[in-house]
Amino acid sequence: MSEQLTAETVSQALASSLALVQKADNFQDLKAIKASAVGEESPLSRLNALIKSLPNDQKAEAGRLVGAARAELNAAFATKESELQAVADAEALELERVDITAYPRVAPKGARHPLSLLMDSISDVFIGMGWEIADGPELENEWFNFDALNFHPDHPARAMQDTFFVAPVENHLLLRTHTSPVQVRSLLERDLPLYVLCPGRVFRTDELDATHTPVFHQVEGLAVDKGLTMSDLKGTLEHFARVMFGPEAKIRLRPSFFPFTEPSAELDVWHPGAKGGARWVEWGGCGMVNPNVLLAAGIDPEVYTGFAFGMGIERTLMFRNGVRDMHDMVEADARFSQQFGSVI
Amino acid sequence: MRVPLSWLAEFVELPQNFTPDDVMAELVKVGLEEEGSHGGDIRGPIVVGKVLEFVEEPQSNGKTIRWCQVEVAPGVVNGVVCGARNFFEGDKVVVTLPGAALPGGFEIAARKTYGHVSDGMIASSRELGLSDDHEGILRLSTLGLDPEVGTDALELLGLNESAAEVNVTPDRGYCLSIRGIAREYSHASGAKFTDPATKVSAKAGSGFSVQVQDDAPIHGVPGSSIFTTLGVSGIDANAAVPSWMANRLKLAGMRSISIAVDITNYVMLELGQPIHAYDQDKLVGGITVRRAVAGEQLQTLDEKVRTLHPEDLLICDDSGPIGLAGVMGGASSEVSSTTKNVLIEAALFDPISIARTARRHKLPSEASKRFERGVDPEVGPIAAARVAQLLIELAGGQLNGVGSSYRTGLPKIEIELPFAFASELVGVDYANQQILDLLHQIGCELKVHDDAVTVTPPSWRPDIRHKTDLVEEVARLAGYHLIPSRIPVAPPGRGLTPRQQFRRRALAALAGAGFTEVLNYPFYSEQQNREFSQSPALRLENPMQGDSPELRNSLIPGLLQAAARNLSRGATDVALIEEGSVFLPAQGNATTSLPVGNVRPSSDQLAELNASIPVQPRHLAGVVLGDWIPQAPGQQAVQSGYPQAILAVEQITRAAGVQFEIRQASALGFHSGRAAEVLVAGEVVGHLGEVAPALTAEYHLPRKVAAFEINLDALFAHAPEVLQAAELRVMPAATQDLSLLVSLDVPAADLIAVIREGAGDLLEDVSLVDDYRGDNIPAGSKSVTFSLRFRAADRTLTQAEATLSKDAAVALASQKFGATLRA
Repeated sequence: MSEQLTAETVSQALASSLALVQKADNFQDLKAIKASAVGEESPLSRLNALIKSLPNDQKAEAGRLVGAARAELNAAFATKESELQAVADAEALELERVDITAYPRVAPKGARHPLSLLMDSISDVFIGMGWEIADGPELENEWFNFDALNFHPDHPARAMQDTFFVAPVENHLLLRTHTSPVQVRSLLERDLPLYVLCPGRVFRTDELDATHTPVFHQVEGLAVDKGLTMSDLKGTLEHFARVMFGPEAKIRLRPSFFPFTEPSAELDVWHPGAKGGARWVEWGGCGMVNPNVLLAAGIDPEVYTGFAFGMGIERTLMFRNGVRDMHDMVEADARFSQQFGSVI
Repeated sequence: MRVPLSWLAEFVELPQNFTPDDVMAELVKVGLEEEGSHGGDIRGPIVVGKVLEFVEEPQSNGKTIRWCQVEVAPGVVNGVVCGARNFFEGDKVVVTLPGAALPGGFEIAARKTYGHVSDGMIASSRELGLSDDHEGILRLSTLGLDPEVGTDALELLGLNESAAEVNVTPDRGYCLSIRGIAREYSHASGAKFTDPATKVSAKAGSGFSVQVQDDAPIHGVPGSSIFTTLGVSGIDANAAVPSWMANRLKLAGMRSISIAVDITNYVMLELGQPIHAYDQDKLVGGITVRRAVAGEQLQTLDEKVRTLHPEDLLICDDSGPIGLAGVMGGASSEVSSTTKNVLIEAALFDPISIARTARRHKLPSEASKRFERGVDPEVGPIAAARVAQLLIELAGGQLNGVGSSYRTGLPKIEIELPFAFASELVGVDYANQQILDLLHQIGCELKVHDDAVTVTPPSWRPDIRHKTDLVEEVARLAGYHLIPSRIPVAPPGRGLTPRQQFRRRALAALAGAGFTEVLNYPFYSEQQNREFSQSPALRLENPMQGDSPELRNSLIPGLLQAAARNLSRGATDVALIEEGSVFLPAQGNATTSLPVGNVRPSSDQLAELNASIPVQPRHLAGVVLGDWIPQAPGQQAVQSGYPQAILAVEQITRAAGVQFEIRQASALGFHSGRAAEVLVAGEVVGHLGEVAPALTAEYHLPRKVAAFEINLDALFAHAPEVLQAAELRVMPAATQDLSLLVSLDVPAADLIAVIREGAGDLLEDVSLVDDYRGDNIPAGSKSVTFSLRFRAADRTLTQAEATLSKDAAVALASQKFGATLRA
């Protein structure tokens, strides 16, 4: 019985081939099926061969029929091929599976020291307010550390028991006892108005214990401008406290005395996140710059006023971050820095 | 300053049942910091008992105890065992009954001892905390007391007293007295204040010669400007110190010594005026106040013989020095148990002179502390009269008419305070009347005119000298809580300086690369300062530890020490860095005198001051040891060594935007074959390499430790302000390998330099890929292989062009180092 080229026969041929393609589950089978389904002896090829024997007016229609079937079949092959490829790819990746939690370390864990990070982040608070950061030498001439700050030559703080002097003492060299000499330098060197923050290392002859260390860090602020009042001091400190300790933080000033400020105040901060519950914590000292300090820098205290404040970085780190013992901050145990990484 | 509350209550009204904490809470408001409370550590029942009879019972341990029958309440008799034997039948004594507690947490209970049940204890002064003496049981008759049996002894002896302790800032000398604290309490609370100085009036004596002959006043201020003396005769130097006085002294932190000494201390605490009492009969002639003669000696009350300094102010009589003025009396004229006649001294001394003497002789006394901070010049004669009053009352003396009142004129202080100034400085809108009220309250005399007031501060406030001092008084008394908050607007800031940004970038990059930042003390031993630097070191006059008297000239020894500490705590792999100052001798001369006064020094003076300061470059250094990369599944360990030091230096230089080179060199403290200088633009800015094994052994570290140290200031001097971008070449590249045979002593870095130079502009990159020595290589030579990448800016490079360029490089290497191309 000779084959007829009709829509049915084309459709049947296509369907039988597609069924074979669907059943293929590896590249080899698919290749064999391809040979039988599109080769010269394949049903569609045989039907195609009949076209030339058709009357001319039917050739075009028959060609279109067979062509469409072939296209559909080829598409099915392509789809099947990519399906099989995807499975093969997945299998290959599965062979490369590792326990990623058993990863090797390829560089050591580095870290910044939390004191140095804290000074940086405090600096950023003030940079954000338009202040600048001032530095100065740790080993100072006595004049910058004391005289210029209205410490009388016989002031008790100048006694040997607090200050490290460089030998011989007649040379008037010492390790600065506070970062205030940087304030003096700023007043001498910078233009007014002046808003500077001075973070840095300071030295006092205290024995190392849980809450003291002979080498520690401070941050001091100084603003000198026309019309500055204690309100400006209070507002600045309040903003600073909120950035450091959260929006609930507040500050309290208590009358006190420092040679370089008048009026002077002790500064307490309400620390909402304190260990054991929110409470007031002694944080630092502050006040309006003593006119004598301005005079020592050649600034007219009748025209300019200023405020200054200072706090210990170690102390701040202790109550802010729950560090219980000063030894941890000074003993250079890498684990202490590493627990913070690059964030405090 | 410790403030017994009952004493305070004599001069200012305190509410009932006030505690030390309540008092401190008020005082904190006006600027006195709370330190703590004292007393209140004794608890009844503690009563007056009468010893009815006792039996002495010798014990097997050689002691004899008394078994006493003591009436502790009318008709109530307790049996009490007592080890002391200094009392008699019929004596009134203090009995601590079961349930009582004594200072030091000693709880009293009925207990069986020496064969009896002792129902309480007969107390000594010491057990009651009244004194330190070991004289045994306190017999109330020795205090002149004969109370009813059963009387509450706590009340009777003032043992239930407590005291508040506040910290007094150095400007507030007047607060080192009950008088001053009471005044401040009244300012804080509004309670009514009665000035104790108004309760006694000065008593004038005459005929006692006092001369002040100060030939060497300090800063032109005479050593003494007021010197009052007053004689009291016929005292009983052995009169009992009343328990209320002994108690108050003890609570104030002073020991009870004898009636005369206790009274002088009592008055000092009450009025703030240090008092000295002489045995009038031991004085030879009158008193002269003068400076010491160099080498002169004085035996002070503490029985030490002191060699005096020409600046020391002395109290002398015709026999010579009898006291170190304002600091400590002399032994020769002190009051004793045989003293009958007393000469009271209440003087005013120059604070600076006293401070220097107290410091020079390491004699900080209660007297010197007050003189240093400023004593009320008006209170001396009153204090002398108060001492006399108490001597008369408690020791049976009487005024003998002897005395003196030396006094020089004191400058009158007037301060002009414009009313607006307080508001301008504080930011609170104070009413004029409020300012006047507050200043009046602290004792100022006021003369108002128009918009200002002329203020004479009270005699006890030598700290008030400037209008800002007055503003502080107004602000603190009105309350700092009134000050509103306002954030000032700073002029536009420039952010961190490039140098500050560089420090942060370098530290962040190193932390990111695996190094941990530490902060070490800068105190070194002499030896440590010779390990890595030849720079002379600076020495501290007063180091904390004798074995670390110098300031560091290199950061590496401190880091080695830190590494050793980490190893001792169990670490095996350590990579530490530190950024900090090193201290090198100054370039200028030392300043021998400082600019004085509150005046801007001249620019020459400032330049001189700055030149006197030692050079303190900021360094960044690191040490690394153990494994850089540890062994792990699928990974070999990588040991730390000089490559990690180079990695660090690379991070630092990149953070500054500069190129660096390293040059093999010997460097102090480093391994002789594994060290290099770090150069930036031809300048040596630091060193790196492996630490000399002899040194690592000293620090108890493993043999292989790498280190680096960079002078950040020197390096940053080469940092560009703005980096300019190079054009990227995008045409295809040609890659070629190059193997050279060259003498072993030619450094790879030098070869790379000549290859770059010889190959010219077409060479884009060169890297060393192999260094081979051994078989097939002539002795003394090495074969080094480089990978070269050539690229032109404008065309695809042919291999022929690349080869030409490479040949030029070989030619230059051959010319400079005798290198030959290896087939």
